Amino acid sequence: MSPVHYLAISVILFVIGAVGVLVRRNAIVIFMCIELMLNACNLAFVAFARQHGNLNGQVIAFFVMVVAAAEVVVGLAILMAIYRARRSASVDDANLLKY
Amino acid sequence: MSGVLAVGGTNTDFVTEETIYWILFVISVGAALAMILVRRAVHCAIMLAVVMLCLATFYAMQGAPFLAFVQIIVYTGAVLMLFLFVLMLIGISSEDSIVETIKGQRLAAGLASIGLLVLLALVIGHAAIGPAAPPSADNGTNNLPGLSQLIFTTYVFPFEVTGALLITAAVGAMVLAHRERTSPRPTQRELAARRVATGHLAPDPSPGVYALHDAADRPALLPDGSTSPLSVSSALSPRAPDETPRFVPPEETLQITAEEAGREIEGAEQ
Repeated sequence: MSPVHYLAISVILFVIGAVGVLVRRNAIVIFMCIELMLNACNLAFVAFARQHGNLNGQVIAFFVMVVAAAEVVVGLAILMAIYRARRSASVDDANLLKY
Repeated sequence: MSGVLAVGGTNTDFVTEETIYWILFVISVGAALAMILVRRAVHCAIMLAVVMLCLATFYAMQGAPFLAFVQIIVYTGAVLMLFLFVLMLIGISSEDSIVETIKGQRLAAGLASIGLLVLLALVIGHAAIGPAAPPSADNGTNNLPGLSQLIFTTYVFPFEVTGALLITAAVGAMVLAHRERTSPRPTQRELAARRVATGHLAPDPSPGVYALHDAADRPALLPDGSTSPLSVSSALSPRAPDETPRFVPPEETLQITAEEAGREIEGAEQ
């Protein structure tokens, strides 16, 4: 299997994640879609690491995982704070700064 | 599958890898599509777990056994559990509304995503991506030592920075999730005064006890007005045989007539 195959599924998953971010309203689901996009990028990193025959891509994918975990923790905490104040997890309801 | 994991991508059996690849392709793309199509957030989380397990298998197939296990432990284990915890806090039945708040947003999102897909496909199609390098020890037994050597030599500064990032994220999450008390905590004296003021000193009667008597050794009333000895725990009478029996036999309890029971209910409701 050439790396192109893995890049193809990486692209498909990335685009699906982007669509989810654009069309979904629930902030938690949007977070999950962002995670999907990050995972797709990781797959591309690993595919390129295999193509080049060294481990640098795998190290980068590892760092991406760490940063994604930190991002999820802070993002979900913000989400809970918003939910506590507004009783809603929908991104449409958080519009205080709109006008 | 186990063969793929065991040799860490050094297998030469291309048919096996291709078969696994296409099976996982269908599963992961289908699960990802289902993830953005189902309305309940919990189902989204389950679909995301399926995609992440597929990706872990992809890592294993490409000679990254360490990343495969980290993917399962960190993503499928920790991150998704965090998502589910927050879902439980916010409400398990939270559904997305299907009302479009911005006119034509779905159509625009679909067009933009098709454009993105075409763009990325063209980039990959036009790039001269060579075949994979022959599998080396880096993909097998040397995977973990090689990764750790890279992390602690070449990438030691990013590694320290991610450590700082994790600590900052943990502190930030605690600060954000902290709830400040808006009113002072009631003292024990205030709680006692509030209890006396309500006139209801004793705890609420246990289940099955007629509401006027709070004691656990009082039998419950049956619908026909008689008492039910079954409602009193048998442990109540033999517990202290020397003292006067606390258990009142059903025959000696006052037989409350229907009218009296009705008055008692009214009194309890007032």
